Parts: sequence; C-alpha cells; structure tokens
Amino acid sequence: MSVADDIIVNRDDWSLHRKGFLDQTRHREKVEEVIKQQLGDLIVDESIILSNGKKSTKIPMRSLEEFRFRYDLKKKNHTGQGTKKMVPGEILGHDKAKGKGAAGSGAGEEPGEDIYEAEITYDDLANILFEELKLPNLDDKKRPLIAHDRPEFNDVRKKGLMANVDKKRTLLESIKRQALLQKKDKDARLRISPEDLRFKTWETRPNFETNAVILAMMDTSGSMGQFEKYIARTFFFWMVRFLRLKYENVEIRFIAHHTEAKEVTEEEFFTRGESGGTRCSSVYKYALDLIEKEYPPAHFNIYPVHFTDGDNIGTDNSRALSLMKQLVEVSQVVGYGEILRTHYSSTLMATLKRITDPKLRLVTIRERSEVYVALKTVFS
Amino acid sequence: MDNELHVLNAIAQDIAQVARGMGLDFYPVNFEIVPAEALYTFGAYGMPVRFTHWSFGKAFYRMKTQYDLNLSRIYELVINTNPAYAFLLEGNHQTQNKLVIGHVYAHVDFFKNNYYFSRTPKDMVERMAAHSEKIREYELKYGRECVEQILDAVLAIQEHVDYRSHINTSSKMENIPKVRGPFKDGGSACHCNSCTGGQSCAGECTSGNCSDGNSNLKEHRNRKPQLKVRKKRRVSLPYEDLWGDLLEDESNILPTEEYEDLLLYIIKFAPGLEEWQRDIVSIVREESLYFYPQIETKIINEGWATFWHARIMRELDLTDAESLDFALMHSQVVQPSRMGLNPYYLGVKLWEDIAKRKPIAELFELRETENDLSFIRNHLNRELVEELNMFNFRKVGAHWQVTDNDWEKVRDNLVKQLVNGGNPRIVVLEGDYEGKGGLYLKHRHEGVDLDLVYLEKTLNLVQSLWGKTVVLETVVDGKKVIFESFNGLVSRRHQANQNIEK
Repeated sequence: MSVADDIIVNRDDWSLHRKGFLDQTRHREKVEEVIKQQLGDLIVDESIILSNGKKSTKIPMRSLEEFRFRYDLKKKNHTGQGTKKMVPGEILGHDKAKGKGAAGSGAGEEPGEDIYEAEITYDDLANILFEELKLPNLDDKKRPLIAHDRPEFNDVRKKGLMANVDKKRTLLESIKRQALLQKKDKDARLRISPEDLRFKTWETRPNFETNAVILAMMDTSGSMGQFEKYIARTFFFWMVRFLRLKYENVEIRFIAHHTEAKEVTEEEFFTRGESGGTRCSSVYKYALDLIEKEYPPAHFNIYPVHFTDGDNIGTDNSRALSLMKQLVEVSQVVGYGEILRTHYSSTLMATLKRITDPKLRLVTIRERSEVYVALKTVFS
Repeated sequence: MDNELHVLNAIAQDIAQVARGMGLDFYPVNFEIVPAEALYTFGAYGMPVRFTHWSFGKAFYRMKTQYDLNLSRIYELVINTNPAYAFLLEGNHQTQNKLVIGHVYAHVDFFKNNYYFSRTPKDMVERMAAHSEKIREYELKYGRECVEQILDAVLAIQEHVDYRSHINTSSKMENIPKVRGPFKDGGSACHCNSCTGGQSCAGECTSGNCSDGNSNLKEHRNRKPQLKVRKKRRVSLPYEDLWGDLLEDESNILPTEEYEDLLLYIIKFAPGLEEWQRDIVSIVREESLYFYPQIETKIINEGWATFWHARIMRELDLTDAESLDFALMHSQVVQPSRMGLNPYYLGVKLWEDIAKRKPIAELFELRETENDLSFIRNHLNRELVEELNMFNFRKVGAHWQVTDNDWEKVRDNLVKQLVNGGNPRIVVLEGDYEGKGGLYLKHRHEGVDLDLVYLEKTLNLVQSLWGKTVVLETVVDGKKVIFESFNGLVSRRHQANQNIEK
C-alpha cells in the first residue's frame, strides 16, 4: 500500500473564490427590497429618530425566510440534555428566549419562533430614502462671497502623471487601435502601448461653499400633541440629513408660534406646548424678517417648512396668504404640512391652495407612515 | 510556508498509517488548507462549487459573522467523494490539525463503508460544478429572476424526494416513468416567452399559456405502449445506474397510488413547466439525494469521527503542551449544549458505551449498517440517558417545560424526531384533482401538526411550480383540513366529523 500517494496536503490561492460574497450581495439586495416596501413605516421608527440615528431597528423579513413544510415546534416534543438531572415540570425557559439574533451560538440551540429578522441601521434607511428624494430648484447663483480653490478633473490628455491614468479611456484607445489593425488572430491578447495612454488632467477652480437654511416652523398651540410633534420631528430629522448631502453647510432655525412667533431651541421646539389660539401669519412674518436680516436669498438656499393642524383664526387667513406668497418668492421650496387626524382639511389649506407657484408644496399627514409621502412631495 | 506544508504532509501521512493500523479503511484524501472565507463558503453551500442562490449567501453571512465574532469555528469540512476532499482552516494550530486529520480519516472511513452512502456518486464535486454551470447558463438565457423563482420554489420542497429510491433502485422504482421523454417530443405546450428577464414570469408561465395542460396529461397516457418498447436500450456505464434507475423508467402514466417523491412527480407531470425548469428541479433533486445520507447519519458519523480522533491522538507522541491543547479542543467538541443535542457528544458517548461491551470488530460492523435512527433505537440505553441527563420537553403555555425523563420515552421521542430526516412526510395522491389537472398532496400525519404559516407559503411555491391548483390535506388539532392554493392565495376547508386515519 503506497501511503505516500493517496494522502496529499495542499494550499492554493483562494482569494478569488468570492461565491459566498456574491450570493450575500444578492441576499442583501433582497433585504433592501423589503426595506423599500416598508420605508414608510421604517423612517418613523422611534429607535432611529430618538437616538439621532445611532441605534438600529429590526424588522422581520418574512419574504426572506426559507419556507418548507415543517412541524409546528410548539406542538411537538423535543429532546434535550442538561447538566443535571431534569425532572418533569421543570421550566427551561420562556417564549421570548429567542431574541438573540446573530449572537446565538448555532442554530437549534432552542426551539421557538424562528423569525428571520434583519437589522436596519440609519445608514441603510438613508441610502434608500435619499435615492428617492430630489432637490428642487437648486439655484446655482446662490453663493457666498468666500471661496477656496479646488482641483477639478475635467480634461483628458495624452501626457500626464501615471497616477492619473484614465484606465477606461486607455483601454478603449487600445481596443480601437487594435481593431484598426484588423488583426485576424483573435486570441492575441489586448496590449496597451504607450500611445494608448490617456491621462486625466485638472484645472484649479474657485470653489464656492453652498449654504442652506431650514426654517423649521411649528404651531405650538394646545391642539398640537405628542403625535403631531413626533411627525414634525421625524420630518425635520430626515430633511436636515438630506440637505446636508447637497449643501456644504446646512443650518436649521426653530420658530415656534401660537398667536405670536418666537425662536426657540430644538429641545423646546419638540417638547414644549402652549395653549391659546393660532395665528399663522405671525410665524411667516418672523421668517421673512429673519431672512431679511440674516439670510440674503442671493447667498442662501432657503427651505421654510411649517407644521400646523391648520386650525388658524379665520380672520388671519388673508394676511397669512400674502405673507406666504412673499416667502415662496425668496425660497427654494416651501413646505406646508397639516397634521390632521380628521378627514377635513382646514380653511388655511384651502386658502393657500390659491398660490399656484410649484415651489409651495402642500401636504396633509394623517398617520405616521405618511411622513414618507410628505418627504417625497416636498423633495421631488 | 512551504516548510509548514511539508511538515503537515508528513503528519498527515503518519496519522494515516496509525489510522489504518487501527482498522480504519478510507479513500485517498486530498487536504486543502483554506482561509476562513473559503471554508465558510463551503460550509454554507455544502460543497466547494454549487449553484448560486441567495439562501446560500444568507447562510454564509450568518456563519461568517459568527466566526468573525469568535462565536463558533469550523475546523474542518470533508466532502464525500473518492478521493475525498478535506478542508483545513488556515491558522489551525498543529495540534488542532492533528486532531482534525484523524477526525477526517474516520469520516471518510464512514463514507466509504456505511451502507447509506453506498449509492452516492463519488464524483459529486464535478457533478455539482456541472449543475452550477447549467444554472448559470439558464440565468443568462432566461434571466436571473426567472431562475431564482424556480429555485426558491424547488428548494422549499427539496426534502420531499423518496430517499429509499436512492438506496435500492433496481426493484422499487420499476414503475416510475422517464423524466423527460414525454415532454421532449412535442408534448410541451407551455412557452414561457415572457420569462426573459421579466419580473412576473411565474404568473405568466402558469396561467393562460398552459390551458391545455390537461389534454397534455391525457396524451401521455396514450403514448404509453410505444415508449415501453425502448426500455431495452439501457447502457451501463459506471455510476449510470445510480441515477439511471431513478430517472429512466419509461412508463408514463400518472400513478394511481400514493407517490412519495414530490420532486420527481413534478419533474414528470407538472403541466406548466418548461424543459429548463424541469432540469432545475432535477438538479436540486439529485443534490438532495446526495446530501440525505449525511443528514440521516449526523450523530453516528460525528460520533464515529470523534471516537476515533481521540483514539488516534492517544497513539501519537504528543508533547505535554500538545496533550493539553488536544484535551481542550476535544472537550470543546464534545461539550453538551444547553438545550439541544450536540451530535458529537451524543454520538461519541454511544460509541464509547458500545466499545465497553463489545469487541472492536463489532463496532466496524455497526458503522456499516446503522444510521442515526437505528443507532439510537438499538443502542441508547437507560444508563446513557441518565448519564447524559436527557429529557423530553415541550411548549406548555408560554414556557418550555420538561415533560419526561424516562429513558424509553426519551429514546422513542428522539427516534421519532429522526424519522424521514426530521421532515414531515408529504405524498402525492393525485395529479388530476377534480379532473382539472390539480395536484393533491397529503401530509401523512404522524402525531405532530404542521406549522401553518410555513405550510401556506410553501404550498404557494409548489403551486407556482405545478401551474394549476395545488391542494394539501393535513390534520390540525385532530381535524382534517384541506388547504388549497392558487395564484398566491390559500383557502382552508375544514372537514368536521370525519374519521381521520393516522
């Protein structure tokens, strides 16, 4: 028996064996499809909003379970083993024992509800959500006076630094050249000769910083409760983060109002409530003054958003309308959101509908998942 | 690095000699040292090369994460082929490798000698590579989504093949029709034109186009006599007979009795499947038949390998440090798990117990003839059940509660769980239900109800393969219930006051 021949130890290069990763990517894609379908509910998830995006949330991924005919684990006897003698009646655990997720040490440790959950982080949501939002009326002229130089790759040349070689164009050149040679030998490998090389080159350009300001306005009269504030909070949470992708500097100012408007801190904005009636014109006036004093429209992209329950004092509507018109003129886009739990829309909404400028975006939110619709309405 | 390989080669040769000296009889083994990513890929796919599906990606991610977080570790993986392939994790210590190599030889000995593996093809790596290639071609031709939809559905029922056909092919399977014959020559009426990349192909494939599926089936019946004639032309190449018998029988009537092999039934009779879709079903079926012996011998095989690696290690000249390493690793392998059963631990305890009472030659006989079910039924005794603190438990209200520790009840429950690889038995009763080409399935209820959520979802997947209505009869809380699936909707009919046969 030739022992030496039939036992072989070998080591190969496995670094190109990427199969697991490829199918993992497909699985990941399917997870994202599920997220997309549930985006409306996910973006209002408390664990993400209240932790400022630091915590993640979990959702069941029913469609990514691998279904088969299986026994009902709750109706069946299992066999296990213990570290000591177990007697009938002894309790091993409660139903909730299965919340371990990925940390569990191997499948089949415990029977129980085997629901496949995926962990969703702020980044997952942001990536998917922001893909669907667009920035309306981005005005290129609005630039501050300060600028610094920035290289911009905008040309291709035949000579250049090797580090800046443009691989795609170089390959194309090589293919073109060899096609022109009309070589019959198809097996000949693609060669890159010095004349194929193309290099990216740059110009130095002054770069102007782009600034945006969000004027967060909210009705803090008695009728605005926990629910309404949470809706507004969620909306602003995503709005700020979205605008930060588009502008280098994004500021947010919080203006609360009932019959009078005043600027407050973020904390106060989302928590404090006051009683009294509502006069929306007050907050529009305040916003216009603020713009005039601090945010010249020539240099700032302005995004006022107002949340209210629409319960405005009737006599104030015409004044609110004319101020809103002015606000729309100086802004990139204005959001007006009515958070209502009834099926009526307010007289203020009806009044504002007279403004035909597409920069004014009117939305009504009746339940949490509609924040998503509102975001899509404002940013489309 | 070369030196390390050299050393390991010498070690592997030495251990092979020791193992053979102790009576183990194994195929040649090719060891490959691989990085964790590769090893965990093989673990997730069950093979170094297998077709692409997201569920493998999901398994890979889970295993890889556990490895990255240091929660679990696979040291080795053995493929049942001749020569056998064994993969060692890069970065194993030498002592770890010594133990693992001994373990591998015992597994390969088991593959080579155990009866349940006697009909598995020994060139499965190549076969699966070819399968993977074919599925890749179908993806290019019909679109990834279409292939994925078929795979989603077939993988959901991959366990429902007749495993006995795998063992004793010649006599049992005489009456099974040829797979492709009827559909190859003109019978196929369904053209899945819309399947080139579109999303909604399942709906398209199964609806309008297949309206004459029923007449299709009748046609098959008529063609029976001429096909019978061809039966003589069977070639016998090596291994041909393995799959040949399963697939090549030539009668093509719808069986009138209970039919145990759901996948084969679909391959042959599903009215709405294209040729390539049938091919995917048969690929999955073949792989399922290959893997089943591993599922039904998990405890006995892991026990055998653990039993022998310990004995082999005792024969080797280990330094003190190596002995300590070995003891640590061995104890981790056989660590009892908290609630489930560690197959290594239960298996090795059974073998050790038998070794105390019987000559070693008898152990070698047992490794030829037993699988988990018979091994437990024949050899799990009162002493072991008590020593291992084994017990039965079940859900009582919101609690998991111990119900029994009587040794016979524990043994019997364990045996029951191992029946049919732990899967419910689903048989086909009829392929032309109500004269409309529906598929009538019956769950052979053996005391435990099915998970109804899973049942409905799976039934819809079967329906997408079959094309027409699919019905499943089962028992829920002692009452007969019939689930009917069509176009993604499932309805339930209770049949009260009827005798339920069990």
